[in-house]
Amino acid sequence: MKKTVFFGALTVAGLAAGMASAATLDDVKARGSLNCGVTTGLVGFAAPDANGVWTGFDVGICRAVAAAIFGDPSAVEFVPTTGQTRFTALASGEIDLLARNTTWTMSRDADLKFEFVGVNYYDGQGFMVPKALGISSAKDLDGATVCIQTGTTTELNLADFFRTNNLSYDPVPIETNAEAQQQYLAGACDVFTTDASGLAATRATFESPEDHVLLPEIISKEPLGPLVRHGDNEWGDIARWTLNALITAEELGITSSNLAEMSAAPTDNPEVNRLLGTEGELGAMLGLEPDWAKNAIAAGGNYGELFEKNIGENTPIGLARGLNAMWTEGGLIYSPPFR
Amino acid sequence: MSTLTDPPSNTFRLSQLIYDTRYRSITIQVVALILLCIAFYWLINNTVQNLANLGKEFNFGFLSSRAGYDINQRPIPYDNSMTHWRAALVGMSNTLLVSFLGCIAATIIGVIFGVLRLSNNWVVSRLAAVYVEGFRNVPLLLWIIAIFALFTEGMDPPNTFRPNAEGIAQNDMIFGVIAITNQGTFMPGLAWSSLAWVMTLVLIASIAGIIFLRRRARDIQAETGRIVPVFLPSLGVFIVPLVLAYFALSAVSQRNEQVFIAVGAERGMDLASFAEASGRINYCGIPNQAGSINGQRYLQAADVNFRRGDYFGDTDARQALAAGNCSLIIADASEATALIAEIEATPLFDERIAVLSDTLPEGRAIEVHYPKMTERGIPRFEDGFQLRNPLIALWLALSLYTGAFIAEIVRAGIMAVSRGQSEAAFALGLRPNRTMRLVILPQALRVIVPPLISQFLNLTKNSSLAIAVGYMDVRATLGGITINQTGRELEGILLMGMFYLALSIAISSVMNFYNNRNTLKER
Amino acid sequence: MSDTHAQSSTFVRDKMLPESDPPLREKGAVKWLRENLFSSWLNAILTVLSLLVVYWALSGLIPWLLNSVWTAGSLSECREVLSVDGMSSHDGACFAVITDRWVQLLFGFYPSDLYWRPILAFVLFFVALAPILFSEQLPRQMMWFSLVYPFLAVWLIWGGSIWSPLFVLLGFVVGVVALRELSKVGGAIAGVIGAIVVALIWWGLVTPWATDTLHRIVGEARIESKTTELSEMAETMTPRFEELEAQRDALTARATEEAATKTALLEEALALRAEGSPNFDAARTAFLAQMDVLMATRREASDAAVAAFLLDEDLSEARSLLARTRLLEAQDAQLPNVTERAETLRANLPDAVANLISMDGAGDATSDEREALEAALAAEEQAATLEDALRSTYATLGRVGLEPVQSREIGGFMLGIIIGVAGIVLSLPLGILLALGRQSPLLIINKSSVAFIEVIRGVPLIVWLITASLLLNYFLPPGTNFDLMLRVIIMVTFFSAAYIAEVIRGGLAALPKGQYEGADSLGLDYWQSMRLIILPQALKISIPGIVNTFIGLFKDTVLVVFIGLLDPIGLTNAIRASTDWNGIYWELFIFIGLLFFIFCFSMGRYSLYLERKLQREHR
Repeated sequence: MKKTVFFGALTVAGLAAGMASAATLDDVKARGSLNCGVTTGLVGFAAPDANGVWTGFDVGICRAVAAAIFGDPSAVEFVPTTGQTRFTALASGEIDLLARNTTWTMSRDADLKFEFVGVNYYDGQGFMVPKALGISSAKDLDGATVCIQTGTTTELNLADFFRTNNLSYDPVPIETNAEAQQQYLAGACDVFTTDASGLAATRATFESPEDHVLLPEIISKEPLGPLVRHGDNEWGDIARWTLNALITAEELGITSSNLAEMSAAPTDNPEVNRLLGTEGELGAMLGLEPDWAKNAIAAGGNYGELFEKNIGENTPIGLARGLNAMWTEGGLIYSPPFR
Repeated sequence: MSTLTDPPSNTFRLSQLIYDTRYRSITIQVVALILLCIAFYWLINNTVQNLANLGKEFNFGFLSSRAGYDINQRPIPYDNSMTHWRAALVGMSNTLLVSFLGCIAATIIGVIFGVLRLSNNWVVSRLAAVYVEGFRNVPLLLWIIAIFALFTEGMDPPNTFRPNAEGIAQNDMIFGVIAITNQGTFMPGLAWSSLAWVMTLVLIASIAGIIFLRRRARDIQAETGRIVPVFLPSLGVFIVPLVLAYFALSAVSQRNEQVFIAVGAERGMDLASFAEASGRINYCGIPNQAGSINGQRYLQAADVNFRRGDYFGDTDARQALAAGNCSLIIADASEATALIAEIEATPLFDERIAVLSDTLPEGRAIEVHYPKMTERGIPRFEDGFQLRNPLIALWLALSLYTGAFIAEIVRAGIMAVSRGQSEAAFALGLRPNRTMRLVILPQALRVIVPPLISQFLNLTKNSSLAIAVGYMDVRATLGGITINQTGRELEGILLMGMFYLALSIAISSVMNFYNNRNTLKER
Repeated sequence: MSDTHAQSSTFVRDKMLPESDPPLREKGAVKWLRENLFSSWLNAILTVLSLLVVYWALSGLIPWLLNSVWTAGSLSECREVLSVDGMSSHDGACFAVITDRWVQLLFGFYPSDLYWRPILAFVLFFVALAPILFSEQLPRQMMWFSLVYPFLAVWLIWGGSIWSPLFVLLGFVVGVVALRELSKVGGAIAGVIGAIVVALIWWGLVTPWATDTLHRIVGEARIESKTTELSEMAETMTPRFEELEAQRDALTARATEEAATKTALLEEALALRAEGSPNFDAARTAFLAQMDVLMATRREASDAAVAAFLLDEDLSEARSLLARTRLLEAQDAQLPNVTERAETLRANLPDAVANLISMDGAGDATSDEREALEAALAAEEQAATLEDALRSTYATLGRVGLEPVQSREIGGFMLGIIIGVAGIVLSLPLGILLALGRQSPLLIINKSSVAFIEVIRGVPLIVWLITASLLLNYFLPPGTNFDLMLRVIIMVTFFSAAYIAEVIRGGLAALPKGQYEGADSLGLDYWQSMRLIILPQALKISIPGIVNTFIGLFKDTVLVVFIGLLDPIGLTNAIRASTDWNGIYWELFIFIGLLFFIFCFSMGRYSLYLERKLQREHR
């Protein structure tokens, strides 16, 4: 009986993903959809709505890659992963791409054998405290009780920060962001620490956000980006240049509203033409259709549009571009040229 | 004319291996053994290949690298500069702690509610039934989350204990020494002097004495029928030696002279001038050590501006001083010079270091320290002992959940003792409490103990849900953060599994030992 | 005697007195109270204490429940509705989140137009269970349905071609036939081994080949009609999709407008309330009515969005299938060449590396050999990928059956029930074997059963689940990788098998020794006596224990949240990660707890009933 249902399930539902072969693109094409690892839920970055449709900033990257390959932003399966299971899921081939606000670190790159294809959000660990505490700097946090989400680099950063500043603290590790938020609001911890974007997103949903402040110190660098397995450079290139295409699109002023017009015929700007496939053969170099970048941009707009739609200032989360502005506007978002 | 034929056993045919019952069992076992070996070989071979493909190797070296993360509840000394193995040990001791507390509380709760459910009081028995059914039929994880949230939302944060400008606090501490907050319960803590281990010896001796006393009383009763009172003598044997030892040891340790060692101090400086010279002092001591507590009191009495830090022993003290995390520690006067020499020998240490002229006694054998609200900075309690809410919530949830199952076991156990037993006991003239103790309970226990063992095992295993409330057990340290930071899933999970397995086997063998000793010796 | 009686009769009343009422304290409510609540001091104190506990619990809970809000689109709107009555968010529950998301909590992300499939599977589960539980009342033929049910359920829930479950089922038939025939020729043991080998060959070689062939045949037959159908669909559906999208956008825009009106109404009502104006009631009603209108619009918008979403999925599937179908011919033509090339490369490999299947073994090969091996491996992989692509295209084209559903779309209570039921059903055979093994006098079999059971039971389920998600891939041949849910089911099966084994061992031990001896005296061999005498009785006694194990397992399925599956608790995290419901807490947990309670409590009662019934039957 055991064996049967095992086999039955395998064959009936095509559950067996087969070999995690070196040629991810071929696998993905044969499967007809991209398997993209996301969080089990983080406000603004990835969350399912009442109909089970995933939305968010990280989700946007997944959809763009799917659109670049298939011309169809819905040809993507979202696999929720936890902080603990994400790397195994990627390493074992269960997912093709991990877009789960993952910090790019050297050990993850070299030791865990993953390839970060770029940075889609420059973040850093910050602190949020109630205004009533009367604290204006993280250096005053001596003896504080700190709520912290486990399973991330946050714990190590926090320990380092308090150690180097010779302050004492009391960590309260919490499994999920939602629980940490509840603890913090009830006053069970004085401080809540996580990535600054997460803090802003959390604060935005409070009943009275104005009672809480984010401290100015950012104690770590957290470049968050999508990643793929080591060893399949063709696949890494696709993910990398899709992200770059979104960034370049913003730089060149290509938006989802003028996309159709700009891609209809070659324009005066050769880079736009190369990007949108009306000139040159950039798509073929990646093993994709000439209009791959156009599809990727059509999926959810360029980088700036994705940002504004999911986490930007007009959303409840209300993050400013800050470090994530285009390099032309003083930020760090920069793409190598398309040529 | 010999009619002798060869005995059939001499001719062995291969088919006998299958058809002859004498050999068949051996054949089957050999086949099973071979299959088992093949299966293990297959699994291990796959693992080796997979590890090779991932470029990993199977070794436990990661356990000796620096952990780098902090743990809030530390039954054994730990800080983030210690190793992953040490962190795993902290986690293991936390698991042991909550399991142990949980088993005791669950038994008490279970017995109470098991009896209450049999009560003829309608309201009480209904309420007990609601409790039992409610806890048994909802996942433990939900209960843990709910109870923790109830604690968080239902209690006030520590800052409500700090007096405002008018000197009035929103909440007052119970008896001035206990504060129940949503970070945990703060209560008086004990600090031990360097001689306190003698008290432990005395305690062990007293317990041995009590056991001896009870044995003796039982023997006398068996011999003469005279009932020897045991309660008061036991109490005496328990308390008197302890009290005597306490006073004797205190007399000694009060004479132990202690001195401050200060970084950046001139020889012969006293505390007041050192404080003036260095601004803010980083005073470090061993937690729950009488000498450290007394030193802290001395600093408070001298009204100097200081901050309290922790270290855990001489090696650690040297490191802490050398790294500049501490500027003042306390040490035995006799050991101070040697300690200073050692610290000065530490590479990279180039500060002046000297003994201050103040001397103070080590203190009583056991010192009590009370939680106190800080006056400046973030409102929090200093000193005292903190029973953290994750521990309380997990403890409560585990014991309520398991208690509901134990209540059913107890109820079944009591109902299994036939009515005739108690009637017979009454007929013999036994009073109700003796009837319960001598007749009903021993029989009920025989039914109760075996399923109770499996409930204890369940509770221990369920303590692995601690992660839901941020209680740092072995699953959260070794099986959580350590695996995450080092990427050593295979080794970490293996180690964690073996820990739980060893724990389960230990519990069940202890309880089985008890059970075997107490089972009815049947003919 | 009678004389004395007669003499004293003057003092004896010859008429019965009318029955007087019992004293007040001995009747009715008072008596009941006295006997049940205040029979002693201790009891009285306990009663008062209990009543206080009940009052304390209810006084907090009931107002919160009574003030609850059921129509709102987000937590902030809940707060708005409460604020109209001057209440803060702690004064009333926000059950609007349940109205919004209950379907998700039950089904996860299962496609909403296919809900009938899991529901049907769930209902049929009871039909399949009935002949096992009520074997006396129901015809024996129904057992056949119980045997077929597991395959039917898997097919209903995951969908796909009907061939696969059929062929897997046929494997059993083939196995049984082989058993019968081979037993006649070579005896029982040869029969069993033969049957297992034949069934494994059937599942391992025949089933994949046959399903592929069938898919290919049906697919090729359909290719023409399907292509036209798909292109037509893509054409006709696109305007429909655009229409739906437009409708959705219009409705969303309307909802935004209505939300603005609602906010204005709220402000007005709040202002009136602050003034204490008599017009407040009207304003409050207007605001609440507007909230209803808004929610109705939102619901319409959401319906339109769902329809658009489903259509979009269909469309994208159709497009991708169309694209893949167009490639078919070329791929078909290409396949022999690629395969041939791979074979030639493999055949021409230098001897040193001729049998290697990965680069790992080529550590000490020369660079030429490595190069050759690399080329061969690449070619082989290309061939395999091509074959896979062809197979999957034909599988889609030639599918006769239900639309397939990915297991990551399964979530919520459905996930718990599937894992729980699958775990128990699959663990029964293994559990029986382990129980028999533990009772076996054969040393090795006995010890290995004991070791398996104790190791599994000694380690918490959560560790096994982490093992399933992080480690199982290590233990399987390199490159194997399958669905997380399946991995969890396998682990849960092992886990519950150990518990079931203990339950069944109890059942075996409870049988009177006479049954074993009786079976022996009939001359039955071990398996016959087990199959015909011992197990039927032992299993029957064990049913309540099995149900209890199932309840425990079902409750434990919530632990899968720790490995990223979206069970009800995992879904609460996902729900709270949407900006609408961020910050909601108790309502979700109360809903989930209540559902679990209803499910487990009723099963627990049922197992108690069974236990009593069995006890009666045994007397």
